[in-house]
Amino acid sequence: MTEPRELNIPLGPLPSDVEDVHGERMILQMGPQHPATHGVLRIELETDGEMAVRAVPHIGYLHRCFEKVAENMQWPQIVPYTDRLDYLGSMNNALGYVLACEKLFGIEVSERVRAIRVLAAELNRVASHLVAVGTYGLDIGAWTPFLFLFQQREHILDLFDELSGSRLLYNYIWIGGLSHDLPDGWLKKVRDFLVYMQPKIPELNTLLTYNKIFLERTGKVAVLPAETAIQWGVTGPNLRGSGVKWDLRKIEPYSGYETYDFEIPTGTGEAGRVGDCFDRYVVRVREMEQSLRIVEQAVQRLERMPADDVRAAIPKTFSKVPVGEIYFRTEATKGELGFYAVSDGKSKPYRLKCRTPSFCSLSVLSKMSPGLLIADVVALVGSLDIVLGEVDR
Amino acid sequence: MSLAPLVFSLLFVAGVIGYIAVFALLAIWLERKVSAHMQDRLGPMETGGWHGWSQTLADLMKLLLKEDIIPTAADNFLFRVAPYVVFVGSFAAWAVLPFAANLIGTNINIGVFYLVAVSSTVVIGILMAGWASNNKWAMYGAMRSAAQMVSYEIPIALSLLVPILLAGSLSMQDLVKIQAGGFWHWTVLRNFPFPFIAFVIYFWASLAEVNRTPFDIPEAESELVAGYHVEYSGMRFAMFFLSEYANMFLVSGVVTAVFLGGWHAPLPALEIAAETSALGHAITGAMWFSIKAISLVLLQMWLRWTLPRLRVDQLMHICWKVFLPFSFVNVLLVSLWAALSR
Repeated sequence: MTEPRELNIPLGPLPSDVEDVHGERMILQMGPQHPATHGVLRIELETDGEMAVRAVPHIGYLHRCFEKVAENMQWPQIVPYTDRLDYLGSMNNALGYVLACEKLFGIEVSERVRAIRVLAAELNRVASHLVAVGTYGLDIGAWTPFLFLFQQREHILDLFDELSGSRLLYNYIWIGGLSHDLPDGWLKKVRDFLVYMQPKIPELNTLLTYNKIFLERTGKVAVLPAETAIQWGVTGPNLRGSGVKWDLRKIEPYSGYETYDFEIPTGTGEAGRVGDCFDRYVVRVREMEQSLRIVEQAVQRLERMPADDVRAAIPKTFSKVPVGEIYFRTEATKGELGFYAVSDGKSKPYRLKCRTPSFCSLSVLSKMSPGLLIADVVALVGSLDIVLGEVDR
Repeated sequence: MSLAPLVFSLLFVAGVIGYIAVFALLAIWLERKVSAHMQDRLGPMETGGWHGWSQTLADLMKLLLKEDIIPTAADNFLFRVAPYVVFVGSFAAWAVLPFAANLIGTNINIGVFYLVAVSSTVVIGILMAGWASNNKWAMYGAMRSAAQMVSYEIPIALSLLVPILLAGSLSMQDLVKIQAGGFWHWTVLRNFPFPFIAFVIYFWASLAEVNRTPFDIPEAESELVAGYHVEYSGMRFAMFFLSEYANMFLVSGVVTAVFLGGWHAPLPALEIAAETSALGHAITGAMWFSIKAISLVLLQMWLRWTLPRLRVDQLMHICWKVFLPFSFVNVLLVSLWAALSR
């Protein structure tokens, strides 16, 4: 019989490193039921008054044994499980996994399928960033932008509903193709959405982004220097917020991203210093603009392309697949999403390892928290935009 | 010795309790509607038929019928008493709110002083609640609240000094009476800009005093979940809620009385004739007073649903380094003016 014990891995400065001036330290359990932890995260916060001197994130409340389950599933059956990793960016997760499998098995998909995939992934990126930006406003105390952005996201979910039959977990991108072709008139609806969405971003900027209080709350707060970000494996908008121009869609283009015209927004230190909370936030706002540009280009292409069978390249059976291993990474909504798959020729993967961006983003929390006020810790967690489904897997 | 003043006071107390209850029901419903319409929603639409007007009533019933939970580790006595201390603090201050020329709980000659003194007892109740809950989050909320309210009372008192200097009296009724004769005679527009600065400072500081956004740091949902009343449920929670809304009206009422003409109509033509009955005066006065005060409450709601929240150090910065110096200079200049013009 073993007693339950706490695994206290000393991350960040230990209590003895920071002088306890008043001898009045308090351990504060932030979470797992706390509105600012964006899911079921528990942060063990050691506080001195209003200041955090140590923060240890405790994860695992949403652990679903993704990697072990994957070993007992046939290759195509894993796609719905990838949806549940980062449940706000399901299309992007499935895309990463599917591309890894396709490369491993040597499957080529048609140009049209690739364009539809890019379209779905970028729409999904906008939806995910809308949640990130909206909940971040909520963390800072602004309610109204949150509801505005959720309303805009609703339009994207409706589009996906029509496309795949579900609103959140799509199971749309399949190995070798897609589950369904585009519904009739769907591209027109995407165009309508673009017309609706484009003026909403300047509206968001006037309401929240350049609000004086918001700038004061996020500027110069929890600065993540580029070097630290790289050392801790932080990727995606968080890394770009620190001023590093690193986007796998440009650096290692996949699914035809090299043919689209878009830019990589990076943090410029507008509100104080490069890599502060505001930079991480504003990079997401700018990325939404860029994603909308990609969506527009994809729609233009798809309108001109002749229809084809989106299921044409789907293998009839997965009972015999090539032996080999692969690590394939894509730019998911939160950063670099990598799948390391080992195939021993059977219908199920021998091993599937998933490198998720939120996990690395969260790990940097214990490094950055000491010295922040409690309100700043909330601002930091929000700006990292973690999804616990992806952290715990 | 006549019993009439006593009877009047009792009636007034009963009236004020009724007014607070009705106002709170209205204001909570209004807050939901205002926030909903600002956020492209409809808010409550079902309960009671017309635009969900009785939603708050239904919620109140629910709160009254809920199980009364007191955490086992809580300080039982303080936990039970705290909501009433908070409510009494905000309720007692209503005694000097001049609803009309002849409708005031008691027109004591140190009305403003009484108001500032009594409303600062609210913080004791909040500290009691936070401490007695034996919850770290509640204690953070209570501590923040205490720091915030104690700090902001200074600019509040200083900005109230400006109209006092102009009127030469501490009585609430005297402060209203000097503003007779149309909105250009209201304190906020007289001797421009000093009372206007005081008005702006008072309004912002009063937002901090009642813990409203952008100064809702003690309750910060995303940081402290609910702050000092996190452990409260049922009736006791309703008392906190009630006193929050009573406080909102109170600070708006003080702004109205001291800066915005109180029960005076905005135009002299709208004032009712002097020979009208006392009841007529009371009703029209209370009407103008309530309209002005509720407009300010709406302004508070508008701000709440637009602005993000400040951080605790920024809050203190604004209080001690912005509001305080400005109000001091303001008071000095007004005193100089008052001394020279005498």
